[in-house]
Amino acid sequence: MMMDVIDGGFFTTVQDGGRIGYRNAGVPVGGVMDAWAYRLANALVGNEGDEAVLEATMSGPTLRFHVETVIAVCGGDFPCTLNGEPMAMWKPVIIRPGDVLKVGVCQAGWRAYIAVSGGIGVPSVMGSRSTYVPAQLGGLSGRPLQPGDVLPIGTAREHNIRKPFRWGLSSDAGRYIDGKTKTVRAVPGPEYSEFTPESRRQFFAARYHVTPQSDRIGYRLSGPALVLGREREMVSEAVVFGTVQVPTSGQPIVLMADSQTTGGYPRIAQVAAADLPVLAQARPGDRIQFQPVAPEEAVQLYIEQQRRLGRWIAAIRRQWGEKDEND
Amino acid sequence: MEYTLFPLCEYAVTVRFASYIDEAVNDIVHETAARLQGERKEGIKEIVPAFSSLTVYYDPVVAGNYADVCAWLRENIGSTGQAARHSTRTIVIPVCYGGEFGPDLADVARFHGMTEDEVVALHSSGRYRVYMIGFSPGFAYLGGLSPRLATPRRPVPRTTVPAGSVGIAGGQTGVYPLATPGGWQLIGRTPLRLFDPHREKPSLLSAGDIVEFRRITAEEFARWREEHDDGRH
Repeated sequence: MMMDVIDGGFFTTVQDGGRIGYRNAGVPVGGVMDAWAYRLANALVGNEGDEAVLEATMSGPTLRFHVETVIAVCGGDFPCTLNGEPMAMWKPVIIRPGDVLKVGVCQAGWRAYIAVSGGIGVPSVMGSRSTYVPAQLGGLSGRPLQPGDVLPIGTAREHNIRKPFRWGLSSDAGRYIDGKTKTVRAVPGPEYSEFTPESRRQFFAARYHVTPQSDRIGYRLSGPALVLGREREMVSEAVVFGTVQVPTSGQPIVLMADSQTTGGYPRIAQVAAADLPVLAQARPGDRIQFQPVAPEEAVQLYIEQQRRLGRWIAAIRRQWGEKDEND
Repeated sequence: MEYTLFPLCEYAVTVRFASYIDEAVNDIVHETAARLQGERKEGIKEIVPAFSSLTVYYDPVVAGNYADVCAWLRENIGSTGQAARHSTRTIVIPVCYGGEFGPDLADVARFHGMTEDEVVALHSSGRYRVYMIGFSPGFAYLGGLSPRLATPRRPVPRTTVPAGSVGIAGGQTGVYPLATPGGWQLIGRTPLRLFDPHREKPSLLSAGDIVEFRRITAEEFARWREEHDDGRH
């Protein structure tokens, strides 16, 4: 059960829900940047939940399959072709042996998730298949895909699919990706009150650009400089996906999925977990408008988002159930 | 000891004992972390000590909301300072100082007006506390470097520093667990693997450990590698 990598794309890695339980060893959680697109892609191919997928950034890979299976591509708008014919995103697609999938250059958003029934079957390292490139950990030899790579595919459930799928998700599922200016809700961080009143106002009033120095570890933003009322030596404390740190340059950095476990810069804000997929789909040049929310509100937003996701997944499972009956 | 609780995000709360680095405070951090580990509440996923704080990661669906977790913490942090001391391990790290393994040893000696042997004697006679693990997988923040060895970073960082390199940066000393770029003054290298994802415990060092460095020769370094290396990397 294999697939060949004909072209790796700009930066494509194996990712799953992340490496939980090793922060004590200084190991980043990692995992997918956009958990919304990831979970829907897995559900669309009939996976149970946390299977590993391919995360493509900016331009996608070209893959040749050797087995019959089901795939789905979710996330930013990446024109896809299957054997040269246009292929829709956000829906399950039957793959026959020899089929070539080409995931093109991103037209909107920044990341795509390619899920395969049974998941990507690279070995699990410290409880996860996620690739953490700085330590060459997990994934395929701890690095992005390259031409000539061979990727193992996990065992898919019995599909016995004869007819093409006639259903997929409505465009509402990817609505959060639209727009060059992204509104991202954020809770004032532990050191928020130590910034000058002007900086506190600016952070939530100004628009910050995503710079090209942005990757899975962090997004470097550019905009009005943020300054502390009084400089002081910070003692390193915990940071997580979504923590907004401000180094001495005054230009904020949002830590992303591969965030280190501790940081020594003042934390002006924490991006609401519900809006991390929005940020994950922001590309260099996009503008970020932070909008303040209370901590309880952020929790509520997350719970509501999980419920919404649960409803989408339940609907997908119903379709799969009917599919099984009809075939 | 007094402490403050604050939410880090939707699923984590930080317990902060102080806003400065201090051995006694760090002791309390580790004692508290050990006690909370023992009290395991359902839905508590990770308890991670730092210099002067610790952070508790939880599953809000199972462990309850922020207020519930804070209540559990207040119940169990209790009167810190007198209860169950955490066990302290001492880990001896063999180091081959100088030569190709420690290309900056001569510079460090010159900077302090010492001989290379004096630098090595001073560095390998210290007892170093692992304040916390962070920054990168298996990287230990060590306290206890003799102020007489404090040396500024190199003006131009190296593009790659071999794994196991032992360095000094300002008042800190430490070991690079992975080959990474770095600006520390390199005085030696250990044949030990500080981080190995395939070990049951991937990080050799844990927060709260005591570290001692022991001088070994280049021959001992080579022999150690032969005996312990199973060909990985």
